[in-house]
Amino acid sequence: MNPFSSGTRLRDMIRAIRSCKTAAEERAVVRKECAAIRAAISENDQDYRHRNLAKLMFIHMLGYPTHFGQMECLKLIASSGFPEKRIGYLGLMLLLDERQEVLMLVTNSLKQDLNHSNQYIIGLALCALGNICSAEMARDLAPEVERLLQFRDPNIRKKAALCSIRIIKKVPDLAENFINPAASLLREKHHGVLITGVQLCTDLCKVSSEALEYFREKCTEGLVKTLKDMANSPYAPEYDIAGITDPFLHIRLLKLLRILGQGDADASDCMNDILAQVATKIESNKNAGNAILYECVGTIMSIEDNGGLRVLAINILGRFLSNRDNNIRYVALNMLMKAITVDAQAVQRHRATILECVKDSDASIRKKALDLVYLLVNESNVKPLTKELIESLEASDQEFKGVLTAKICSLVEKFSPEKIWYIDQMLKVLSEAGNFVKDEVWHALIVVISNASDLHGYSVRALYRAFQTSTEQETLVRVAVWCIGEYGDMLVNNVGMLDIEEPITVTESDAVDALEVSIKRLNSDLTTKAMALIALLKLSSRFPSCSERIKDIILQNKRSFVLELQQRSIEFNCILQKHQNIRSALVERMPVLDEATFSGRRAGSLPTSVSTSTGTARNLPNGIAKPAAAPVADLLDLSSSDAPAPSSSGGDFLQDLLGVDLSPASAPPGTSQPPKADDKASLVNLNGLASLTSLSPNATSASPAPMMDLLDGFGPSPQKKEENGPAYPSLVAYESSTLRMTFNISKQPGNPQITLIQAIFTNLSPNVYNDFLFQAAVPKFLQLHLDPASSNTLPASGNGSIIQSMKVTNSQHGKKSLVMRIRIAYKINNKDVLEEGQVSNFPRDL
Amino acid sequence: MIHFVLLISRQGKVRLTKWYSPYSQKERTKVIRELSGLILTRGPKLCNFVEWRGLRVVYKRYASLYFCMCIDEDDNELEILEIIHHYVEVLDRYFGSVCELDLIYNFHKAYFILDELLIAGELQEPSKRTVARLVAAQDSLVETAKEQTSSITNIIAQVANV
Repeated sequence: MNPFSSGTRLRDMIRAIRSCKTAAEERAVVRKECAAIRAAISENDQDYRHRNLAKLMFIHMLGYPTHFGQMECLKLIASSGFPEKRIGYLGLMLLLDERQEVLMLVTNSLKQDLNHSNQYIIGLALCALGNICSAEMARDLAPEVERLLQFRDPNIRKKAALCSIRIIKKVPDLAENFINPAASLLREKHHGVLITGVQLCTDLCKVSSEALEYFREKCTEGLVKTLKDMANSPYAPEYDIAGITDPFLHIRLLKLLRILGQGDADASDCMNDILAQVATKIESNKNAGNAILYECVGTIMSIEDNGGLRVLAINILGRFLSNRDNNIRYVALNMLMKAITVDAQAVQRHRATILECVKDSDASIRKKALDLVYLLVNESNVKPLTKELIESLEASDQEFKGVLTAKICSLVEKFSPEKIWYIDQMLKVLSEAGNFVKDEVWHALIVVISNASDLHGYSVRALYRAFQTSTEQETLVRVAVWCIGEYGDMLVNNVGMLDIEEPITVTESDAVDALEVSIKRLNSDLTTKAMALIALLKLSSRFPSCSERIKDIILQNKRSFVLELQQRSIEFNCILQKHQNIRSALVERMPVLDEATFSGRRAGSLPTSVSTSTGTARNLPNGIAKPAAAPVADLLDLSSSDAPAPSSSGGDFLQDLLGVDLSPASAPPGTSQPPKADDKASLVNLNGLASLTSLSPNATSASPAPMMDLLDGFGPSPQKKEENGPAYPSLVAYESSTLRMTFNISKQPGNPQITLIQAIFTNLSPNVYNDFLFQAAVPKFLQLHLDPASSNTLPASGNGSIIQSMKVTNSQHGKKSLVMRIRIAYKINNKDVLEEGQVSNFPRDL
Repeated sequence: MIHFVLLISRQGKVRLTKWYSPYSQKERTKVIRELSGLILTRGPKLCNFVEWRGLRVVYKRYASLYFCMCIDEDDNELEILEIIHHYVEVLDRYFGSVCELDLIYNFHKAYFILDELLIAGELQEPSKRTVARLVAAQDSLVETAKEQTSSITNIIAQVANV
C-alpha cells in the first residue's frame, strides 16, 4: 500500500457520486473528497496531484466551487512530466478564465514549454494559449508563436496558426507580424495546416485592412487554384465526408474568397468560374454538400455582380426553401434576408413559399420567415401580403401572436394605400388579436378614423358588427365604444353608406345595449369602462330618447370602488340632470384629431397631457366663495349691460362675469346664501372661470373635465351668452321625491329689473301626472307674470317635461333678492295631489 | 467562431463544457441553465438552430446527449453540424461505439480529443485519422511515464523494505 495514496481513484469517486440517490448525499460525498484534496494540497502531495486535479475537474463540472485547486494547475504545469502537464493544462483551461490574474503566473511556464524539445508539450502549450490567453500574455508570447508557424512538424504549425488567431484578436496591433507567415501557410499541402492557415488569413483580413490588400493581391489566384484542385480531386478516404473531399476546406476557402472578392471587381472575376463549378457540381442530398452550397451562395451574394452567378445562387436558395428539411429551410431564409439587399426582385419571386413558412410548426423558422416578409413588403404587394399575414395570425400560437401582431400593425401603418383599407385591416387584427395590440396602435387607429370624415359611418358600422362577434378583444371593444359614442347617430341612421356595405339596422337602444355590455363585461378593464361612460354621455345627447336609460346605467357606477369610474359617474349624472342645456355642446362631435401632433407626440416630442385649446388649467378651489379684491370696480357697475364676446383667456372671463354683475350660485340647491352687502363684489366662483376654458371638447384623453362646479358659474353656452346678456346657472328650485322643478334664469338685456325664468318640471315617479298646475306667489315688491305651460300632462320617470315661462320684475332690484312660494297640483289616476314649497335659492341680485 | 461547446444529457446534467470566449464562472452557470431549458424542450422534428442572445446555438442529439455549439450570426450553421458529427465520429473511433457512460468516466479524455479538434473556437484538423493518431501518441506517452514512475516506486519501496 503506497503510503502517499490519497484515497479513492478517479473512477471510484465518479461511481460513488453517481450512485448517490439524493442531492444531499451527493453533497456529502463531494465535501469529503474536497476535504481530502485540500489536505493533499496543503501537504504538497506530489504523486497524486494529477489524480486530484482530475477529481477536482469532475467536481467542477457538477457545479461546485473549486477555486482552491487553481494553484494546483500551476504546479502541475510547472512539473516536468508529460502526464502532469497534460492534466495541468486541461485544468487550467477548465477552472480558470482569462480575466483571472492567476493566469499571469503561467506565462513563464508557457514560454518554456513553447520551446520544449517534446513537440507534444509544445502542442499542449499552444492549445492552452490559444484557448485562454489574455491580452498581456498574447503580447508576451507572440514572438514564440510566430516562430512556431514555421516549425517542422505540421501539427505544431496548425496549432500555432489557430493560436495566432487568438493573439491578433486580442492584440490587433500585432497583426502585421503575422501576414507573411500566414501567406506562406496557404501554399501548404497538409489539410490541417491549410485549413488553419486559411482561417488565420480570414481573421487577419477582418482585423487589418493592410492584410486584406496584401492577400487580395498576392493570394487570390493561389486560393482559387487550391479550391479547384479540391473540387476536382479524386476520392481521398482520409478526408472524405459524404462523397466530398474535405468539405471543411471547401467552406473555409469559400469564406476567404468572399472576403477577398467583396468590393473588388478583379478578384471577383477571378473566382467566377470556380464558384459556378462548385454551385453546379456539388450534390445536395447530404448535409455536407448543402453546407458547401450554402457557403457558395453566400459568397456569390457578397462579391461583385455577375448576373449569371446571382441567378444560380437564387435558384439554389429556391430549392433550399422547398426542401423538407427544416435546417435547410432555415438557412435559406437566413440567406434570403441577406440577398434582399442585393437582388430584391428575385427574392420577391419566392414570396409564396416564404409566406408558407410563416405558418410553419417550427418556431425558429416562423420567426425568420416573418422577419423576411417584413423586409419584402412594398407598396405594390402590401395588400396580398397583409392578407396572408392576417390569415396566419389566426393559426398561430400565443407566443408568436404578439410578435406577428406588432409586425402587421407596423406594416399596415407604413404602407397603407388608402384609409379604408387601413381601417379594414386594423379591424381584422383587432378582432383576431386585439389583446396583443399596443396602446399607441389603437390610438393611431382612432386618429385615422377621426380624420377620415367620409368613412365615419362605415367605420362605426364595421366596428359595431365586429363588436358583436369578438367581445373578448379588449382593444376592439375600446375602439368600438369610442366610435359608437362619437358616431352613434350615423350608426343608427345609416349615414354615409358606401356601396360595398350591407345594410344594417341598429336602433338607438341597440347602440346603448352595446355600450352597456361593454361596461358590464367581466373582463373589461378601467380604461374600457371609463371610455364607455363617456360614450354613453355622448349618446345621451345624440339620442335624447334614451337619456333616462343612459342615466340609469351611468348611475350604477356611482358607488364603484374605482375612483375614476365613480367620479365620472357622478359628474356625468350631474350633467344629465342639471345641465341639459349645455350637454349637447359639451359632447358634440369631436374636432378632427390632428395627425401630425399625434405622431409627434407618439415620437415622444410632446408631453402627452391633454392640452385644451384655451387657457391653462387653473387651481380649482372647492367653490367656497371668497372676496376677490381686484376686480371690484366693475362689480358695482350694475348698468353695464354690454356683453363682451367670450374671450379665451381666463382673466377676461373674470372681467366679463363681474362686469355684468353675476353672482355665483353655490352648487347644491337649498344651501343658505352667504351674507350680502360688501360681498356683492365677490363670490366669484373661480371654478366657473377655469371651467369655461375646458368646455370645448377634448382630445382622446381619458380624464373628464371637472364638470361639477363648472357650470354653476356659467349658464348657457357661449353663443347664447352673446344674445341674452348675463347668464345664470339653472338651479333646482324645488325637488321632492316625486317631482323636480328646475329654473333656467336669464336676464333681459337692457332691463336689469326683469328676470326671465323658464321652469322645467320633471316627473320623478313612475306614474303619469295629469292636470298639472303650477302656481306661484311672490312678495309685494315683486311682480310675477306666468306664461301658459307647455302641457298639463307630465309623463312618468322623466320621459318628458313640462316647460313654463315666467317673468319677474323686481322693483327693489339690487336691494332685495327674489323669493317665491309655489304650489303644484296634479292628479295621479284621478287622485289629487298637492305639493307646496318655497324657492329661496335664487341667485342674489336678481 | 465557436464561442462554447456544451454537452448536456437529457436530464440536464452537464457532461462537458468548453469555453472559447470569456465567460465568468457565474455567467457560465447561467448560460448552461438557460440553454438547457431552451434546447431540452424543443421537439424532435424542429430545426437544429435556436437564436439566443443575438448568437445562434446549433445543437444535435445523439442518443441521450445533446451536443451544443454556440456560434456567431454570420457563421455557417450547416458546417457546425458537420463539426459536431466529426467530433462524435472521432469519439466513436477512440472509445469504440461510444456511449454516454464512456464520456462520464473518461471526461478528461473527451476533453483531450476536443482539444485536438478545436482551438480558439476554430476547426483544427479535418482528418479523423490524424486526430486519432495524435491522441493515441499522447496516450502512449502517458502510459510510458506511468510505467516509469511505478517501476521507480517499486524500486524505492523495495529498497526501503530492505
